[in-house]
Amino acid sequence: MPSLKDLKLRIESVKSTRKITKAMQMVAAAKLRRAQEAAEAGRPYAERFSAVMAGLAGSVGDSDTAPKLLRGTGSDQTHLLVVLTAERGLCGGFNANISKLAVEHGKKLIAEGKTVKVLTVGKKGYEVLKRFHPAENLVGHVDLSEVKQVGYANAQEIAQQVINAYDAGEFDVATIFYSKFQNVVTQIPTAQQIIPAKFDEVEGDETGAAAQYDYEPDEEAILADLLPRGVATQIFSALLENGASEQGARMSAMDNATRNAGEMIDKLTIQFNRSRQAVITSELIEIISGAEAL
Amino acid sequence: MADVMQFDLVSPERSLASLQASAVQIPATEGDMTVMPNHAPTITTLRPGIVKVESPDGAAEYLVTGGFAEISQAGVSVLAEKALPVAEAKKADLDELVAKARGQYEAAVANDNLVDEFAKLLADMEALGTHMSIGG
Repeated sequence: MPSLKDLKLRIESVKSTRKITKAMQMVAAAKLRRAQEAAEAGRPYAERFSAVMAGLAGSVGDSDTAPKLLRGTGSDQTHLLVVLTAERGLCGGFNANISKLAVEHGKKLIAEGKTVKVLTVGKKGYEVLKRFHPAENLVGHVDLSEVKQVGYANAQEIAQQVINAYDAGEFDVATIFYSKFQNVVTQIPTAQQIIPAKFDEVEGDETGAAAQYDYEPDEEAILADLLPRGVATQIFSALLENGASEQGARMSAMDNATRNAGEMIDKLTIQFNRSRQAVITSELIEIISGAEAL
Repeated sequence: MADVMQFDLVSPERSLASLQASAVQIPATEGDMTVMPNHAPTITTLRPGIVKVESPDGAAEYLVTGGFAEISQAGVSVLAEKALPVAEAKKADLDELVAKARGQYEAAVANDNLVDEFAKLLADMEALGTHMSIGG
């Protein structure tokens, strides 16, 4: 049975924890709104981009002259996993879910006899993945801890790194792992192949419309110009989705933590009151029995 | 109405403009082109330059650093890598772009890789300043 003083101290400490989690929840809520706005603002570009790309890719097709980023290297021996996670923890299962998906994907590929290389963005994913992959296969790490608001420039840098490695023949297939923002309580860890470029199949009439465009310069030159941008765009929208997901996950995690702290305070307070009552009662009994003995 | 068309200018970070325009001048890779309603459907890449928009409500100019434009029956969509209204563009922004282009050019010269391409990029960036009359 803890003493009254111990209980009092514990109540105080849980109370200050609750203050912190409450504050973190409110900060996350504010950041979430900003992140959602950013994700919202980035959507029209990404949508149009992929629509145009899908049309272009459809009309260039699988011809031998198609750029390597679209066609692939003709092999799928070496895979690059680009794992996008947060720089900070305390956001529920957010980082763990993304890392888990990437780790499982990696294990499956290794079981199939493929080589797996890993590029991590964000500290949390790196910490997990370095336990599963030998150091020479961790080809890079991008640190975004200094970046307050991810911009397109950040995505471009990552894309450049990926494309350079691809051009150097270091891998055949690249997949990004991030978390899609559904709502505050649901974030879906997602794997998306970025190289060779894959496009959602467009409906028949849309490809028909795309085929009627004039291209200036020709289709292949445009495609060669746009594909690297496509990689950057996909990474950028993944970063934005991730940003919103992180804040959403943190918000609900901190909401739970605040609620748990509240429950704990209630329980401890009851315990505190009971033991105080017990102390008073036993003191009274002592006085009364002392008086009776006289 | 036949004399206006939908004009959209979007960058990855935000949507800059969405309005009815009567004519749009685009800095395409193979030369400037002016798009008016009922233009033939075209997709073209952009070089760094100024997009000039004329609409019934007045004219507007935007600085773009590359990307592409899609011209369809519905209108014009410019998807710029980086875009900002000329009125907001400052000399510092431009200096930064020129410095970056120069860095890429020098790297290209050092590696002897795509030198012409980056030389053109640099020239385009520098020319931007004169277009905007804030250069020099």
